[in-house]
Amino acid sequence: MKLELKGITKRFPGVVANEGIDLTVMPGEIHALLGENGAGKSTLMNVLYGLYQPDEGEVLINDIRVQFSDPGDAIAAGIGMVHQHFMLIPVFTVTENIMLGVESTSGPLLTLDRDAAKHRIVALSEEHGLRVDPDAYIEDLPVGVRQRVEILKTLYRHSNLLVLDEPTAVLTPQEIEDLFEVMRSLVKTGTSIIFITHKLNEVREIADRITVLRRGKVVGTTTADESDESELARMMVGRPVQLEVTKGVAKAGDDVLTMRGVTVLDDRLQVAVNEVDLSVRAGEIVAVAGVHGNGQTELVEAITGLRKIQSGAIEIGGAPAPGDPRHVYAAGVGHVPEDRLEDGLVVGFTVAENMILNSYYLEPFASGLAIHQEPVRKVAEDLMREYDVRTPSALNDIGNLSGGNQQKVIVAREFSRPLKLLVAAQPTRGLDVGSIEYIHKRIVAKRDEGTAVLLVSTELEEVLSLGDRIAVMFQGRIVDILDPSEATPERLGLLMGGAHPEEGLTPVETTA
Amino acid sequence: MSIETLPPDPPPVTHAGEAPPPDRRGIGAVMLGGARQLVVPILSLVTALVIGAIVIILSDPEFIAKVGSDPGAALAAGFGSVGGAYGGLLQGSIGNPFRDIGPVTETLLRATPLIFAGLAVALGFRAGLFNIGAEGQIYIGALFATAVGIGFTDLPLLVHLPLAVAAGFLGGAVWGFVPGILKARTGAHEVITTIMLNYVSYLIVDLALRQVFFQLPGRDDPISKNILPSATLPRLLPDERLHWGLIIALLAAVAVWWLLFRSTKGFEFRAVGLNPSAARYAGMNISRTVVLTMMISGGLAGLAGASEILGTNLRLTPNFSPNWGFDAIAIALLGASRPVGVVFSAILFGALRAGAAPMQVQTGIPVDLVVVIQGLVIIFIAAPALVRAMYRIRVARTTGTETFSKGWGA
Repeated sequence: MKLELKGITKRFPGVVANEGIDLTVMPGEIHALLGENGAGKSTLMNVLYGLYQPDEGEVLINDIRVQFSDPGDAIAAGIGMVHQHFMLIPVFTVTENIMLGVESTSGPLLTLDRDAAKHRIVALSEEHGLRVDPDAYIEDLPVGVRQRVEILKTLYRHSNLLVLDEPTAVLTPQEIEDLFEVMRSLVKTGTSIIFITHKLNEVREIADRITVLRRGKVVGTTTADESDESELARMMVGRPVQLEVTKGVAKAGDDVLTMRGVTVLDDRLQVAVNEVDLSVRAGEIVAVAGVHGNGQTELVEAITGLRKIQSGAIEIGGAPAPGDPRHVYAAGVGHVPEDRLEDGLVVGFTVAENMILNSYYLEPFASGLAIHQEPVRKVAEDLMREYDVRTPSALNDIGNLSGGNQQKVIVAREFSRPLKLLVAAQPTRGLDVGSIEYIHKRIVAKRDEGTAVLLVSTELEEVLSLGDRIAVMFQGRIVDILDPSEATPERLGLLMGGAHPEEGLTPVETTA
Repeated sequence: MSIETLPPDPPPVTHAGEAPPPDRRGIGAVMLGGARQLVVPILSLVTALVIGAIVIILSDPEFIAKVGSDPGAALAAGFGSVGGAYGGLLQGSIGNPFRDIGPVTETLLRATPLIFAGLAVALGFRAGLFNIGAEGQIYIGALFATAVGIGFTDLPLLVHLPLAVAAGFLGGAVWGFVPGILKARTGAHEVITTIMLNYVSYLIVDLALRQVFFQLPGRDDPISKNILPSATLPRLLPDERLHWGLIIALLAAVAVWWLLFRSTKGFEFRAVGLNPSAARYAGMNISRTVVLTMMISGGLAGLAGASEILGTNLRLTPNFSPNWGFDAIAIALLGASRPVGVVFSAILFGALRAGAAPMQVQTGIPVDLVVVIQGLVIIFIAAPALVRAMYRIRVARTTGTETFSKGWGA
């Protein structure tokens, strides 16, 4: 399908989200849409998908002008969208999820004809290498397979233009390779793909052409061959960006965090962390790599007192770790939680209130029952300045801030206390290049002050560039601890996928 | 899909090296912000009154009799009834305050228990708890207050009265503690437990009022002895029923405001209400917060019962509350769970109640009309999208200043 967007302008009260955007996607092309958070990618795609009506401009499909008043129109025109957060029903099978909304029926009672649907699904999945068991329940499938189901869903509806919104964010390196294979197979049959991302290396690997958006406008369209990563980053951010983290050699001191034989259960009472031994020394960054859902969340919760340990021992600064968050913080631990909106911030509270979220009861913010407004506001404003939080007022609702600024509020709150140990889980998830650069610098600075840093990340680049030692976690165990010099992306990828370091690097089929 | 659910992705406006812009919100903007919050409640009230008017017209016998033959006269009669009804409501609730302060004091008298109960429910809302048990807490609070009010003789007013009021708070707090601890320990949902405890409380009061300690000598029906003068809330004006309960209610509103917005406990209440997992992450004790909130909420409702018995009724009977505990839910919603909002909403509801009887006397329109109007107000408050759609109010979530917060590092 050939898609043309011409002069798309979309205004919201006080904001021009898209301004005169031109974008052409040729049949069989993988077109990457690159931009920071807030650059207008989502707005543009929502216009394309019929969720928003453009104020100006037009959409042409195969040179014919079209108008979508809702997503139904867009789907009918052959546009398929795979959202970052999957729209699947966990207790339904793959087939049921795919046929949902376009059910095929048979007989006078309109019985669901699952077999007919299954037949088509199997055919589609064979054609494009989208391996999936049509009778499996979604809740039993790993994330990578769920994504295949989402793609199949669009193909089942005869899409020939696919919009993939940040599709690699949740995948292992191997799963990303699989996805790229599928994408290559799809474009061979004439399907076009719009690939939304902010990961520069992926763009250069897979995209035929790259369009960069910044502040609602097209900065330029280029190809992988014509540009390199730093050039793309500069286009995205509008200034040169330092992609590599510069850090000196770690001057590691004594053990600050020691874990011996730590076993932790998850909410379903399954073993999530299995006899983990790990130590983090003062002045070093230990990066825990792994695909999301291999026990990292529970590991962090155990250290920070949010989850009871089943057996084993955790020591912080030579003393047994307190079992509740408040005392863990008092022992000199900072915690950047993996989900900032779920755990890290209270939306509905002001920036200032979020800045004191775990110290509100301490001097100078409070004495006895009373919270003093002035010190709270003053400290918050100082921290906003120091950590470059961009918002007009400390009394602004935190929900009005961009993701990067929200994360900086958490970083400010956690880093500004005297810390012995910093636990940072996914500290740059969903952030743009500029914010990532900033937060990485702050983490390295904290290390250089002599803080022990435990970094949990699913991003290989982050692990490789920040870690002084890299621990790989798979199915609740630390399967290997590597020196950065011996950790290549390939080796890490295999370990994250379950290869055993002793038995040679053969990947093991993951069953989640 | 609306803009509300899909916030736009606005471009960044900040520039490299730019310091955070100063707070540009002047006092005018802040007040405007406050006024914007009033738009939906006021429009809800107006719409409810308009629909109430239609109900009056359609149920007016003269209108129905004439609408076929003489629509003009029918409409005139209908509007006459509306005028009479709303005029009656105004007469009964406000009247002419310069000539006769009576109607206004009657409105405030009726608002007093509603303020307490509304604060109780609002406090629960703030902590994410749906306390439907204010009604039961009112009864147990009234029972405790009555016990003190009739039980201690020879105490001076300055000791006896505060003791009786405190007993009312304590009774409600005990009755709030039960669902609180059940939720904290077992996860039992407070909506279910508080509703059920309402029934328990009615029957406890009925049972207690048949015991020798409480029952008025010489009576077979459940009715308490009279509250002793030393435990009676004094009147504010010599000839009006309005009593010191109102002052205590207003002080309670200030106290709840301070608790919620100026104290560490309130910080915890609000954090737990808005995002329990972040509250837990921050080291707050969720269970303790739930129990404490339910106790204070129950205590406030208990004060409604105490104030009514010690100030207005002066003896406890079953069914003394005309569903204040449920009206309180509406009042808390209308007041957006803000103490000052609760006070004004309670006064509005008090005015409707105070005006209803004079209206019926003057026009023959049944007091139930007031219930219809209250119900309509609640429907519109509960469905703000409906009001916005009716009056085509655009939701401008992203205003000019807020764009400064989006995007950075450019």
